Amino acid sequence: MHGRVKVKSTAQQEEEKRKEREKKLKAFVSARDAVLRKRSAGEHDEEALQLTQQLLSSNPDFATLWNYRREVLLQLETSREKDEVQKLYESELHFIEACLKVNPKSYGCWHHRSWVNTRLPQPDWTRELGLCDRCLSLDERNFHCWDYRRVVVKESGVSVEQELQFTDRLIGSNFSNYSSWHYRSTLLPQLHPQPAPDSASNTSPSPTASPQIHSHRVCEEQLLKEYELAHNAFFTDPNDQSAWFYYRWLLGRAEREEMISCVYVSRERERVSVAFSKPVHAQSEGLMLVLDGQPQQVEWRSTHPRLRHSPVWLCDLPPGSVSDISNEHNLTVHWTEKYTHRDCALYTGCAESWCRDSATDQELFRSELSVEKSSVLQAELQSCNQLLELEPQNKWCLLTIILLMRALDPLGHEKETLAHFQTLKEVDPMRSSYYSDLCSKFLIENTILKMEYAEVRVFSLSNKNLTTLCHLDQLLLVTHINLSSNQLLRLPPQFAMLQCLEVLEADDNAIESLEGLYHLPKLEEVSLRNNQICKLSDLESLASCTKLTRLDLRGNPVHKTANIDSELSQLLPLVTALSL
Amino acid sequence: WQWLLVTMLSVCVHFPGLTESVIAAACSRVGQSVLHLDRRNYYAGNWASFTFNGLLSWIEEYKQKVQITESEQVWRSLIDEGEDVVPLSSVDSSISNLEVFCYARLALILLTTNTEHEVSEPEEEQHTSDISEPSQSQEEKDSQPISSPADPPVEVEKKITYQKLVKEGRRFNIDLVSKLMYSRGALVDLLIKSNVSRYAEFKNIGHILTCRNGKVEQVPCSRADVFASKQLTVVEKRMLMKFLTFCLDFEQHPEEYQDYTEKPFREFLKNKKLTENLQDFVLHSIAMVTQQTLTEEGLKATQHFLRCLGRYGNTPFLFPLYGLGEIPQCFCRMCAVFGGIYCLRHSVQCLVVDKASNKVKAVIDTRGQKISCSHFVVEDSYIRDEQRQSTAYRQISRAVLITDRSVLPSESDQQISLVTIPPLESSAPAVRMVELCSSSMTCMPGTYLVHLTCSSSGTAQEDLAPVVSELFHVSTIPGEEPSEVLWVMYFNMRDTSALDSSSYSLPSNVHVCTGPDGSLGSDCSIKLAESVFHHILPDEEFCPPAPNPEDIIYDGDGPQAEGPGFDESVNTEAEEEESNQE
Repeated sequence: MHGRVKVKSTAQQEEEKRKEREKKLKAFVSARDAVLRKRSAGEHDEEALQLTQQLLSSNPDFATLWNYRREVLLQLETSREKDEVQKLYESELHFIEACLKVNPKSYGCWHHRSWVNTRLPQPDWTRELGLCDRCLSLDERNFHCWDYRRVVVKESGVSVEQELQFTDRLIGSNFSNYSSWHYRSTLLPQLHPQPAPDSASNTSPSPTASPQIHSHRVCEEQLLKEYELAHNAFFTDPNDQSAWFYYRWLLGRAEREEMISCVYVSRERERVSVAFSKPVHAQSEGLMLVLDGQPQQVEWRSTHPRLRHSPVWLCDLPPGSVSDISNEHNLTVHWTEKYTHRDCALYTGCAESWCRDSATDQELFRSELSVEKSSVLQAELQSCNQLLELEPQNKWCLLTIILLMRALDPLGHEKETLAHFQTLKEVDPMRSSYYSDLCSKFLIENTILKMEYAEVRVFSLSNKNLTTLCHLDQLLLVTHINLSSNQLLRLPPQFAMLQCLEVLEADDNAIESLEGLYHLPKLEEVSLRNNQICKLSDLESLASCTKLTRLDLRGNPVHKTANIDSELSQLLPLVTALSL
Repeated sequence: WQWLLVTMLSVCVHFPGLTESVIAAACSRVGQSVLHLDRRNYYAGNWASFTFNGLLSWIEEYKQKVQITESEQVWRSLIDEGEDVVPLSSVDSSISNLEVFCYARLALILLTTNTEHEVSEPEEEQHTSDISEPSQSQEEKDSQPISSPADPPVEVEKKITYQKLVKEGRRFNIDLVSKLMYSRGALVDLLIKSNVSRYAEFKNIGHILTCRNGKVEQVPCSRADVFASKQLTVVEKRMLMKFLTFCLDFEQHPEEYQDYTEKPFREFLKNKKLTENLQDFVLHSIAMVTQQTLTEEGLKATQHFLRCLGRYGNTPFLFPLYGLGEIPQCFCRMCAVFGGIYCLRHSVQCLVVDKASNKVKAVIDTRGQKISCSHFVVEDSYIRDEQRQSTAYRQISRAVLITDRSVLPSESDQQISLVTIPPLESSAPAVRMVELCSSSMTCMPGTYLVHLTCSSSGTAQEDLAPVVSELFHVSTIPGEEPSEVLWVMYFNMRDTSALDSSSYSLPSNVHVCTGPDGSLGSDCSIKLAESVFHHILPDEEFCPPAPNPEDIIYDGDGPQAEGPGFDESVNTEAEEEESNQE
């Protein structure tokens, strides 16, 4: 149409762009070759700086060029006065800034910047902090910048208080940014540490507890403020996980003390079993066994070859050392690295003996939550319940309530907890298996508590929809276990920690693997009716349980195997009562 | 000028306000020749931005009510057989009740155009208009530190005097209308779509405030605000967020509000269990509707507000640097780039109508030239009463203040704030206030430019003075104590936005554009522009993206032609301006 502006066609534009690109590529390649030639010729001059500058400003991720640049700068530095060096590196900072505009997430740029600041005679940290703030305001999740900022803060000695205000500001502008919350969690214990406890806690058997234990805790006054901050965030947006994670950190319990939680000795087997508060690698932990005042040369092994780190370790005593039932023995296991030990006395006439801290004493299962006063936790539970009333379907809220209930009174809240788990599985079906496993864990904890209150060595948890087994190290002393009518798929290697187990009932599950039934020295009877054991090879580990005489395998696919009877009697010659 | 006479114009645009500029740009963009005439010596009419000194001249001009004498004889002779004449009004009566008060240091300077009001002032002596008398203040300023050494000199220095305002007058860009741009409103969409946005820069509005019980406080509207709010309980936070989330896609949940479609929005808010606090926030500051507004409209307004959040920051609004007057100018620039011609101080006296077709075929300008055109776009204020079917205007009450501190001092003093002030009595209209900081390039450093707007129930002063005295410290005894407010102007502006083509008896190719409306956004003007454009050119696209200068092919040149496309048109414009002066 007349008067209309004529515009180049797309094809024309593309052709032009293509040519432009080709030209650029040619220039880039020839400059690159020139630089690499210079470098191999060992030339460290201004020209090298210029050439690398050209290349890096279009591609700041060319790490070799940054390296070359550093070589050149170090060379130039030697021949210059101090204020000239300052200028040289200042212009380098300007150049990096330009490169960061091309790619704000360039590893090379940020690294080079840190390096330049170490070379600068008078680094201007305020300026660097300003740069970080600017970058973070453009992209608050640029982890390169976060990392660099940490360096700057450390070097320039910015006060923790100022940094906390910095997180205030970032959280204020976007409370979904977990980087800021996390940073806050590292600052608070420095600024408001929990006062050290006056006397050593009396539940602790060893007076030489590690001094680091309470270091990441925050004093209560500040904690209350932080709870409020987290409330504001999750009441505003209950679906945002950042605040919930932070909240859980706030409620978090102290790390469990590193200790030997149980020593068990069996006269008949001449064997010592040791349980630790966390999985360890016994050979490298400096363990020492002293029997009646004599250090013993023993070989530690874990309960299952697949467990290289394990909370339970075994060793055999020298033959004949404890086998005489009329003798009394005193046994001590030293954990030299942690300056802790545990004694165990084996009295005359006793076939076995143990010494331990029970889970009940240690309040082991007050979930991952808190050492806080229960009144504080009670108040937090109320807040969460208030939110749940408004948002009955909110998974974060439900989960947090469950954790709070466990911290307060795991047995008293069991019924409500189970109901909340049911809701969780419905509102968040994608994670229903996670919830099932978590629920299993809590049920096992509760059962352990009940068992200890009853002072028995029988663990019974049937018909509770268990999907996984855990805390098996706590079951070291259990003799009878009933896991029938659950949804277990396997008896994992950790099951081999049940060193005292005599009778196992696990009917009506979906167990396919019996890996954990491995070298259980006292196991006599196993009932695995209606499970999913398919192959003869799945039963091989049972052969290592030398006392096994009764085995019930009815209702398993394995019975279809040809010659199953003869094969089994060959595999397990000691089993006298076999049901197929 | 010769050139124009021989050219058949497609569209003649008269009085370039926002709507007219957009129409002109859109027409010029698709190849129509456009002539833009304005009787003033500044762009944009009631959409204009003035420097402080420019505004003072505008006030003078208003006072004198300059009448352009009509010379009927001149155009009579140009009318041919079969042609009829529709004269245009030469007096702009869209502004009324203009009042100016100055509280800047030393002397109360009262400029008033309305003699009745002067009588009500208690002290006759104070009425000296001292604008042109700088010596007195200057003297005082110099002598002050000497005569009273007890006073900290810094304090004295800090107070801004009237001459300082005049001296720094060029730093002000004072808009006659006060609007903000909704981040997802029709105007922003158009600026982006047409690439006109490249001609301007924008600043995000930093604070959304309200005034309750005489206290200015932040309105929690974004997620971050709700989180940070200290006034709300956590349960209120949840209720508010829940409600706002619902509003975002309220159409998907008709069951939630269908019982309330015929009832006021306020009742719906009550039903949603929002506390009084929250109801106020939503009604006045987020939806910005009245007590009487029905539920669905309220929901739509809330939704619009929310959809604009987060696009350019934590509030839904943008403001153009250098003032709102930039926007019509940007479209004028686009129009010029594509060949539009601009003439200021040049007006149309009358339209020449072809009797047979009842269509405008030409216009006659104030110099007696007859210019042919096929469409004529004009602002409402040029239409004489004889051509009107209805004269049902509304009025907008406006106040412009220059202050020296923010209504809500915060850590950053360079924030633009929107303050919604619920009516003091239920019958009064809600007042909207925009406080501009100096980094918005609308006022000198150390000052704030404050715009107040509401739909009129009386004169602007009657409507807005109570709000001004509630929010600001205004000295009652002039000069005795420092006043936050340095200068105030009140005026009423006609709001013709309710009129449409049926309100006028004019030929069908005359397109009347209404002036600025009282709402916060500019959607109304943009929609009108689009509809007029489609009326003129039904088959053309409205403001397609402008090509990059390097992609434009010039006749005779190859595609490699150097230089941007503007140069030529800018020259043309300048030449026309020159010839116009002759």
